[in-house]
Amino acid sequence: MTIKSQVNFSNLDQIARKLRKRLVKTSSSAKIPHLGSCLSCLDLLVYLYWEELSINPKDPANPDRDRFLLSKGHGAPVLFQVLAERGYYSINRLEDFGKPGSVFHEHPPKPGYIPGVEAATGSLGHGLPMALGMALAARILDKSYRCYAILGDGECNEGSIWEAAMLASGIKLSDLTVIIDFNKWQATGRSREIMTLDPLASKWESFGWHVQEINGHDFYQIKHALNNARDEKNKPSAIVANTIKGKGVSFMEDNNNWHYKTPNEQELNSAIKELEVSQ
Amino acid sequence: MRDAFAKEMTNLASKMNNLVLLSGDIGNRMFDEFKKTAPNQFVNCGIAEANMMSMASGLALSGMRPVVYTITPFTTTRCLEQIKVGAAYHEAPVVIIGTGSGLSYSELGPTHHSLEDMAILRSIPGLRVLAPADKNELIAQLREAVKFNGPTYIRIGKKGEPNLHTNLNNLGICQGNLLREGDQYLLLGVGPILSEAIEASKILEEQGISLGVASLGGIKPIDDNFLKSMLKKKFKAWISLEEHGIIGGLGTALLEWMSEISLDKRIRIKRIGVPDKFIHELGNQIYTRKKLGLDSTGIINTIKSL
Ligand SMILES: Cc1ncc(C[n+]2csc(CCOP(=O)(O)OP(=O)(O)O)c2C)c(N)n1
Repeated sequence: MTIKSQVNFSNLDQIARKLRKRLVKTSSSAKIPHLGSCLSCLDLLVYLYWEELSINPKDPANPDRDRFLLSKGHGAPVLFQVLAERGYYSINRLEDFGKPGSVFHEHPPKPGYIPGVEAATGSLGHGLPMALGMALAARILDKSYRCYAILGDGECNEGSIWEAAMLASGIKLSDLTVIIDFNKWQATGRSREIMTLDPLASKWESFGWHVQEINGHDFYQIKHALNNARDEKNKPSAIVANTIKGKGVSFMEDNNNWHYKTPNEQELNSAIKELEVSQ
Repeated sequence: MRDAFAKEMTNLASKMNNLVLLSGDIGNRMFDEFKKTAPNQFVNCGIAEANMMSMASGLALSGMRPVVYTITPFTTTRCLEQIKVGAAYHEAPVVIIGTGSGLSYSELGPTHHSLEDMAILRSIPGLRVLAPADKNELIAQLREAVKFNGPTYIRIGKKGEPNLHTNLNNLGICQGNLLREGDQYLLLGVGPILSEAIEASKILEEQGISLGVASLGGIKPIDDNFLKSMLKKKFKAWISLEEHGIIGGLGTALLEWMSEISLDKRIRIKRIGVPDKFIHELGNQIYTRKKLGLDSTGIINTIKSL
């Protein structure tokens, strides 16, 4: 499983655009909330799954695969779309999204129900410590897989995140990379107003991490940061990705009503229209 | 129930300047009125439930009356030791509210189900465990809880639960209440799921089976006098009903209570609750209740099988 040197950015753009449309449609038809939260981290997941992770969708349980955990588990819809598009399962399975008896609902279930899902997240503050455990297992078992977790900025309120942060740097777990989806919102307000989140990058730095700050919608910057993270051999890496909640749909961008709200028919149509013309 | 809670909190805050509402980054616009009425008495503590709970005991030990509010798993099991040591051991007057309890957030998956909260919290000394059936019972219990010199846990539903209580003068902590008369079987329940029992009782009546339905309002303390009076009525069996795991909750509390009764007076107790397993195939609360036999049809089937 080698690292590609040539990244086809326009291909990534196309995938992201396609998945944005699917996310908006599913949120509307199945009444699944957290659409803003999903659109915010979509580009990060697209880059990870198409360029960064050493994975084989046809062999999802391979012990040497890289591990990805969506620590902000309420972003499950984006993970489900990405896994389908990447070939872990047929897109038809998502027709069951939100239906009674389905395993595709608001959060990822435990492994074994949906190929590619590494852990049940949804209670915030669990994913990073679990990724830490998986990375430590790789070290003890002398495996070379890497572990990645995407956290919400609000999720960084949780003490367990900082407990994991201290331990990971303490034991120099350089095969662990965290991306913070820094969209400046949490459920009920601005993340920097509810708690003192700023300065977020220097917080991670002071906890002993290798830190980079990027635009989380720019594939070129994402690539660059992940390459640097892979080159860092002494510290775990944190990438503070500045993102926009609701990215891609003008009336959802930076509007936190879309944390809970699902699009009605008219909103759906305008969103799709926008996503069709925008590049 | 959520809205009734917010409204009553606003009412209480206007009379008690030591009442403080702590919320864990949920309930977006729900507390707007509260914040207007008592801006200094509301704190959004962020997504940091362990801190929120210990902080509540600190407030309580300093003369405040904190009410801690977030989704049930996060205000109970997520910060269990903070509840045990901070609130219960210190006998601190902390009121813990678990919102969306049981299967209210069924479609959000096991992380958001709370099917063990009552069992676990019941085992902590001095902690009262309440589960009101409707908003009137909730309001009565909340009024008492914020005046009580010790910790109280109240698990509530979400929104739109029907009013079930008819005798509004007898609501409060540790108050058993008959919701529907009946003389063959007696269903004792807690929480909004009692609406399913009332429905079952109506259907059974048409079929010539008489099912009484009572709300116990909570599982600790349990209304000893009420249960003793029910024992005298010589029902064929008691049925317990809770939107909670079958282990350790109301059903278990009733079995423990009955074990203290002399053998010749004992009555069979059949428990209805969620089986001892996680639920992955999801749907809304109605779907899941039905699937697990907790809806009116499931209750009817259980009673007919006795
Ligand atoms: C432990 C815990 N507490 C509370 C919640 C409820 N909750 C779900 S999403 C959310 C806000 C998350 O904010 P953030 O991490 O910034 O993600 P965003 O949606 O803004 O991308 C909250 C409080 C939860 N899921 N888990």
